[in-house]
Amino acid sequence: MTNDKYTEKLMGTVRSMRKLTDAAWDMVIDCPEAAKKAVPGQFAHLLPEGNYSLRRPISICGINKEEGTLRIVFEVRGEGTKTLASYQAGDRVNLLAPLGHGFTLLPSDRRVILIGGGIGTPPMLPLAQYYGENAVCICGSRTEKAAVLQEDFAKTGCKTILCTDDGSAGVHGLVTVPLAEELQANRPEMIYACGPMPMLRSVAAMAKEQGIPCEVSLEERMGCGVGACLVCACNVYINDGEIHAAHVCKDGPVFDAERVVW
Amino acid sequence: MADLSVKICGVEFKNPIIPASGVFGYGREYAQFYDLSRLGGIAAKGTTPKKQNGNPAPRIAETPSGILNSVGLQNPGMDAFLADELPWLLKQNTVILANFAGSSPELCAESAAKLDKTDVQMLELNISCPNVKNGGLAFGADPKTAAGMVKAVRAATTKPLVVKLSPNVTDITEIAKAVEAEGADAVSLINTLLGMRIDLRTRRPILRNNTGGLSGPAVFPVAVRMVWQVANAVQIPVIGMGGVQSGKDAAELMMAGASAVQVGTAIVADPYAPLRIIDELNDWLDENGIATAAELTKTVKAW
Repeated sequence: MTNDKYTEKLMGTVRSMRKLTDAAWDMVIDCPEAAKKAVPGQFAHLLPEGNYSLRRPISICGINKEEGTLRIVFEVRGEGTKTLASYQAGDRVNLLAPLGHGFTLLPSDRRVILIGGGIGTPPMLPLAQYYGENAVCICGSRTEKAAVLQEDFAKTGCKTILCTDDGSAGVHGLVTVPLAEELQANRPEMIYACGPMPMLRSVAAMAKEQGIPCEVSLEERMGCGVGACLVCACNVYINDGEIHAAHVCKDGPVFDAERVVW
Repeated sequence: MADLSVKICGVEFKNPIIPASGVFGYGREYAQFYDLSRLGGIAAKGTTPKKQNGNPAPRIAETPSGILNSVGLQNPGMDAFLADELPWLLKQNTVILANFAGSSPELCAESAAKLDKTDVQMLELNISCPNVKNGGLAFGADPKTAAGMVKAVRAATTKPLVVKLSPNVTDITEIAKAVEAEGADAVSLINTLLGMRIDLRTRRPILRNNTGGLSGPAVFPVAVRMVWQVANAVQIPVIGMGGVQSGKDAAELMMAGASAVQVGTAIVADPYAPLRIIDELNDWLDENGIATAAELTKTVKAW
């Protein structure tokens, strides 16, 4: 299919495609303009080829400005992501990127904790690369087989702790158990988290109790991705406790955990 | 190069393609992608007298050839619109339609009176939002209440008044005739069709509001039918919308009776959709030796 001159502006090319687990895929996209601008915590909004009315927001898990590539790791959840999973190296891919507001970066010598639950793990990788050995990364997964990117995290030099729901690897249980130990052992200057809402809620509560700044990356069913259609609402506190419907695509996906109405 | 300009209620549009209210915010997000002056006009996000947070999320679901949404008129309120958004919009060198809604004829008239004092070119009264309990569709589903709403607003403004109609009625021509009789200068249609989807696993509706408005290519034939019916029932111009994805769709809606065409859902996935549709409409007119877009309006040769 040939694209009109407008669509052409949004096209990247798949450089590589790899199946990571039963459900997760790893796609590297040549898109120099987007790669130049991207920062950790932002997302790419992909339109699968075919009869789809909506794009699929996927967090960026790798930014290579020299090579001009973005890397995304996503889970097949429905028809749209199934189509994206069928892409092969050389295929063109329609993406809006980078979108959203990313993580706040401290000087890289500060101690931080990264927490990724399930498919919320990938956006933690650029942070692990940035902080290196000053980061502790706690990843939660249903099983050992479903865990993603563990080798990538190990390569960054950060301390990695894997938690599994079934005990097939690492800590048998929730990420909050090692988090509590780490908080006691060595107080971090920031906690970053992405994953299921109940996990984020617990992490945010623990951070608040200890007075540690915490940033969370949220997910919501999304439309335009640029802050115009207003579908991806998330309630946050503004001006002394007034509740405001912010939007995950533009005001987020990264929010200060203290501002989120849990 | 065909002449794409159209004139509606005395207002000149450089082309007939207008981003529909709701998908385009107040325009700022799309100004990063292109110069908004290339658009025929902009129907600004529906604005209510006071700030509204809208409905809880999820507010969107994908459907076969369309989407369901239940935003519920989230907006910063009329005073914030007038102070922070409209002055910027009016500098974009395109026609601005200020879309507004409210929970009573008196409140809508107050908003109309405020808009009347500005340089905005057109007012678009929304009596058809399916996602709010007070106002919205409640006014647009019955000819008498629709007429009462338009009467109050008409008395508050001399600016061209477009009334946006709902397809969720037994006979849309009755509503169109009622608002025409009270002095509407034009009608725009169709707003979204009320719909619902359920997650089989959780047995929960996908939208937190349970129901939402269906839009996109799935509703295009309904839009063509309703634009055709209304254009044959009233003397005032019709602005058509509903699932337009291409220049040919725009031409079809104009043949059915539309003087201009709004584009909504197509923009959600493709920021450039309005520009592409303008180019395609121009190409189609050229290919068919038609000199002006305006001459397409209401030329369907019905059987």
